[in-house]
Amino acid sequence: MQKSLHIDPLKCTSCLQCEMACSFENYGVFNNSLSRIKVFEFHHTGAKVPYTCTQCDEAWCMHACPVEAIKLDKTNGAKIVLEDVCVGCKVCTIACPFGTVNYVAETGKVQKCDLCGGDPACAEACPTGAITYVDANWTGLERMRQWADKLGNPSA
Amino acid sequence: MAWTRKILRVNLTDRTCTSEPLNMDWAHDYLGQRGLATKYLASEIDPKVDPLSPDNKIIWATGPLTGTMASTGGRYSVVTKGPLTGAIACSNSGGYFGAELKFAGWDMVIIEGRASSPVYLSIENDKVELRDASHLWGKTVWETEGQIKSEHQDPQVRVSCIGRTGENGVLYAAIVNDLHRAAGRSGVGAVAGSKNLKAIAVRGTLGVGNIANPKEFMKVTFEKKKILKENAVTGQGLPTYGTQVLMNVINEIGAMPTRNHKDVQFEGARKISAEAMHEPRESDGKAQLINNQACFGCTIACGRISKIDATHYTVVNSPKYWGASGGLEYEAAWALGCANGVDDLDALQYATMLCNEDGFDPISFGATIGAVMELYEMGVLTKEEIGIEAPFGSAKALTYLTEITARGEGFGKIIGLGSKRLCEKYGHPELSMSVKGQEFPAYDARAVQGMGLTYATSNRGACHLRSYTISSEVLGIPVKTDPLTTEGKPALVKAFQDATAVVDSTGLCVFTTFAWALSDIQPQLQAACEGDWSMEKLDLMGERIWNMERQFNNAAGFTRKDDDLPARLKTEAAKVGPAKGLVSGIDKMIPEYYDLRGWDPEGRPTAETVARLGL
Repeated sequence: MQKSLHIDPLKCTSCLQCEMACSFENYGVFNNSLSRIKVFEFHHTGAKVPYTCTQCDEAWCMHACPVEAIKLDKTNGAKIVLEDVCVGCKVCTIACPFGTVNYVAETGKVQKCDLCGGDPACAEACPTGAITYVDANWTGLERMRQWADKLGNPSA
Repeated sequence: MAWTRKILRVNLTDRTCTSEPLNMDWAHDYLGQRGLATKYLASEIDPKVDPLSPDNKIIWATGPLTGTMASTGGRYSVVTKGPLTGAIACSNSGGYFGAELKFAGWDMVIIEGRASSPVYLSIENDKVELRDASHLWGKTVWETEGQIKSEHQDPQVRVSCIGRTGENGVLYAAIVNDLHRAAGRSGVGAVAGSKNLKAIAVRGTLGVGNIANPKEFMKVTFEKKKILKENAVTGQGLPTYGTQVLMNVINEIGAMPTRNHKDVQFEGARKISAEAMHEPRESDGKAQLINNQACFGCTIACGRISKIDATHYTVVNSPKYWGASGGLEYEAAWALGCANGVDDLDALQYATMLCNEDGFDPISFGATIGAVMELYEMGVLTKEEIGIEAPFGSAKALTYLTEITARGEGFGKIIGLGSKRLCEKYGHPELSMSVKGQEFPAYDARAVQGMGLTYATSNRGACHLRSYTISSEVLGIPVKTDPLTTEGKPALVKAFQDATAVVDSTGLCVFTTFAWALSDIQPQLQAACEGDWSMEKLDLMGERIWNMERQFNNAAGFTRKDDDLPARLKTEAAKVGPAKGLVSGIDKMIPEYYDLRGWDPEGRPTAETVARLGL
């Protein structure tokens, strides 16, 4: 079964546990600036939105890379950056329509979400269920259920 | 380890910024934040110093768990000698600033002296400099944060700053970070203002990496987060209703100080409660509450994000207040509402926004307005003097007085002195509902006897957060005690005071203790910090911190007579509710409390106590 990260912004409180879990998993340090998932706060509306790579099937970043430094992990569908191959040209950061591949000046390489080898630390750390790791075929299930509830239980 | 082991010392007079190693012996005895910063302050200043003089110092301090994945690990404290009380002041704030300071590589920032012109401190990891803030002087907290982010061209920069009240010397001015989280009490903002220090702006990208036992730390913090999630208060009550969950509860038990403590129940409480914040309003069919927000690392998320009714008289011509903003917390709703008899939910939201926008403590401010309204009803203060008719219950008076206090105009200057000085000025010192000059929070000492002792003995003046015995006396955490009796309360208060002193020094939020005991925090500290962190050590540390603060206050001139409540609470019995006919039994509790503390009858730690605690 292929799984994917699923984000429900309405459940996010902006506690940033996901960002810390990400930096700790990948770099052994609590450091939000190194996180591959970012929570954006929109102060005027009160919205808080976690955002990261959704692992496109036909990944623009992977196709754009001139040195084949981004490869597919066939076990979970993740597009992974091979740090020792990456030349830091940043073309992938331009190719990605969502901005979720990012250059890191300190290393001279790009970084992106790699699904932590199939067990994403952000989803495990999220206290509210705003970030979950679910069956890829059912990414909209929870929202469907909520609307079905409205349809079937109009007065509840 | 968990500490960065680095302190930033900034001398504003000489305009120097120097890095020095953290005293690790002290860190092992006083942990961080409240305990450790107080240790530094008490060692470096004369307790008799004028709080608003260059000789006072002010410290921003994180704890060892600040900036980690321990739930609520984002706290910092501001420690100084407070201008409202003349006692030790320690105000604690959440938001994201504390973690950012730690990520920049600093455990603490110690500010000394006074700048000759307005400055702000810019910290970008090791790159530290004092910058000119003349263009920020006269700006609100909200304008200052926006301006600094724009000048740094960095939306990620975190700002802890003062508004106009801090500049104007309002004695309960706060230091605000992330727009609406505040080191709120005791006038720490006025101390920053007296030093011409407008803000600290920090960007940290180094992170916290020196956890003693990372694997164990991740395991134990994960387990403890589960406890918070499964607890009714931290898992449901606080995220859903915020601290406002208390409004109806406290009112029902007749412990709601109303109209400057003349009454113990407020007939309008329902209209300004958490439930009311959820109800759709007439104008647009929407609820005032938008959603809840966490501080850094917090898995409880009690913070309120609200939108005021745009058709409300206060904001109908001010679109800048229409967006989402920090919403009403229980203490603010009480002080701005019940203490003045005001039941207009949107007027309270407006007043709370102004408190955030210009950085002043809604508790002390609201309670001071309670005294103003009583003096007005007695005919001591007139419409001409105040600028508006100000009877109890007048939302218009409340919002007008909030505006002039924020701006430092007219009678607002007198309100900015706090209730003690204001009531003395008009010949009625007995009407100030305060201890050591700091106003009471939202629990009546006649109906919850332990809180009376809490207020009387709190080292920073009246405060609920030094020993929140509401947990035990009302909510039954960890065990239910009878709120109406004084029996057993000295021991209860002492136990809460000591445990809270430790929690306030860790980097964690005291709200975790609705679900956690100190023994739940101990293994998190043990995994993060090298060395021995046994319960025995922590228990002794809490007592040590409390007595250190007490010694500072004793040396500043506080004595037995300052551990007292206003006559109203000792002579005017509660008129209704479960406490009907009761007054505070404070005089009975104090001697027993001193005895348990190992203090002499004048309230000074005995030589034996001092030696036992290694002070």
